[in-house]
Amino acid sequence: MPRNLHILVGTKKGVFIFDGDRDGGDWSVRGPFCEAWPINHVIGDPATGAVYAGGGNEWFGPAVWKTTDLGETWTHSSEGLAYSEGETPVNCVWSLNASHGRLLAGVQPAGLFRSDDGGEEWTHLDGLQNHPSRPEWMPGGAGLILHHIVPHPDDADEMWIGISAVGVFHTNDGGASWTTRNRGTRQDYAPDDQRYPEFGQCVHSLSMAAGMPNRLYQQNHCGMYVSENGGEEWECIEEGLPSTFGFPAIAHPRDPDTLFLLPLNGDAIGRFMPDGKAAVWRTRDRGRNWQDLRNGLPQEGAYFGVLRQAMATDGLEPAGLYFGTSSGSLYVSADEGDHWTRIAEHLPVITSVETFVTDA
Amino acid sequence: MSEHQALRNVPQVTVILCDPLRRLFPDAPARSLVNAASVGHMLDELDRRWPGMRDRLADTSPAVRPHISIFVDGVRAELDTPLPDRTDVYVLTAMSGG
Repeated sequence: MPRNLHILVGTKKGVFIFDGDRDGGDWSVRGPFCEAWPINHVIGDPATGAVYAGGGNEWFGPAVWKTTDLGETWTHSSEGLAYSEGETPVNCVWSLNASHGRLLAGVQPAGLFRSDDGGEEWTHLDGLQNHPSRPEWMPGGAGLILHHIVPHPDDADEMWIGISAVGVFHTNDGGASWTTRNRGTRQDYAPDDQRYPEFGQCVHSLSMAAGMPNRLYQQNHCGMYVSENGGEEWECIEEGLPSTFGFPAIAHPRDPDTLFLLPLNGDAIGRFMPDGKAAVWRTRDRGRNWQDLRNGLPQEGAYFGVLRQAMATDGLEPAGLYFGTSSGSLYVSADEGDHWTRIAEHLPVITSVETFVTDA
Repeated sequence: MSEHQALRNVPQVTVILCDPLRRLFPDAPARSLVNAASVGHMLDELDRRWPGMRDRLADTSPAVRPHISIFVDGVRAELDTPLPDRTDVYVLTAMSGG
């Protein structure tokens, strides 16, 4: 059956949808949608065909936008997407996940909400707020944001989430209770004898290996990691990379040993491409060896960053890769990163990139 | 007491909605007559007519959102500000953004 590929791009000024031909390189763009609201994450739900966009507007607050016709018309709702009266109000939506017939939303300040009716009404999963560590959570540079939701592919009650600058948490009861999953990840800004705490590490990205739900990859503010036991212990895999700092981590859609990263030069010296030369870094052996992929990427004056949700893959063969920059450019590779093409520039700051395949 | 009789004792105001808000609720007219004793009750009535509108204008502090201005008789109002009968209430976005 013919398939259509869409790139869903969230930006500081609305949603853009690219429709096109990955291999032929012919793309068209539509947008900005969602009244040009700041949007942190845009996803497609293969089960329903709906596209959701989560964000928050400085005037009108948080909302999840929804389109069932690929962007032609949109609705918005935040019914129930709120903490109890008197608590710090929800500021905006940071991450979305559609899985097991439900929709999940991570918000700022960090918390998790669930919708069972396609985003019309939301219920707070308050287990995270009740975690004993909650009073000690400190926000990262982008705020106290729940920015990654990684569900188990077979068990609807099991998932992992990432919060800056708090760390990784795991639940196996649908979000009623959580345990920290940060052992082995560093907190370089703590005193020497306190650099491996139970929580307080700044996870930037989480990605699950294909077909191996207990193998998780993590890009952290302080290092790159892999876990073979669902995050109970993490192993550092940063040797051979140009820095220990970056935002996105994307596992290959079929090969559990392949991971893609976008290391930046460092957190205190600009957070842009090392030496102004852009590269995606790929491992084919779960982080033992790394290869820089530069063909088609700018090799001078590339002083951009790539944010935590701004890289994606697709389910096609070979796997496609996509990333959007803080300077508003969108790059596509149809061959697992070996060759790159810039398909857009001058967009607003790109906050998220996802792909969505629909029937033609 | 009938609903009509009850409303006779409640102030009636003209609510003027700004264009950015109306773009989120295309069915909402620029001017509406609303019976409400306070700004909070006025938001409840707006939400009954156009579901979701209260969330866009107030948060769960509870308070009018920081960058929303609701003017009653020319004065910036809070949720508990009483509404005089036959006055105009302006719902505006504040100067903000980047």
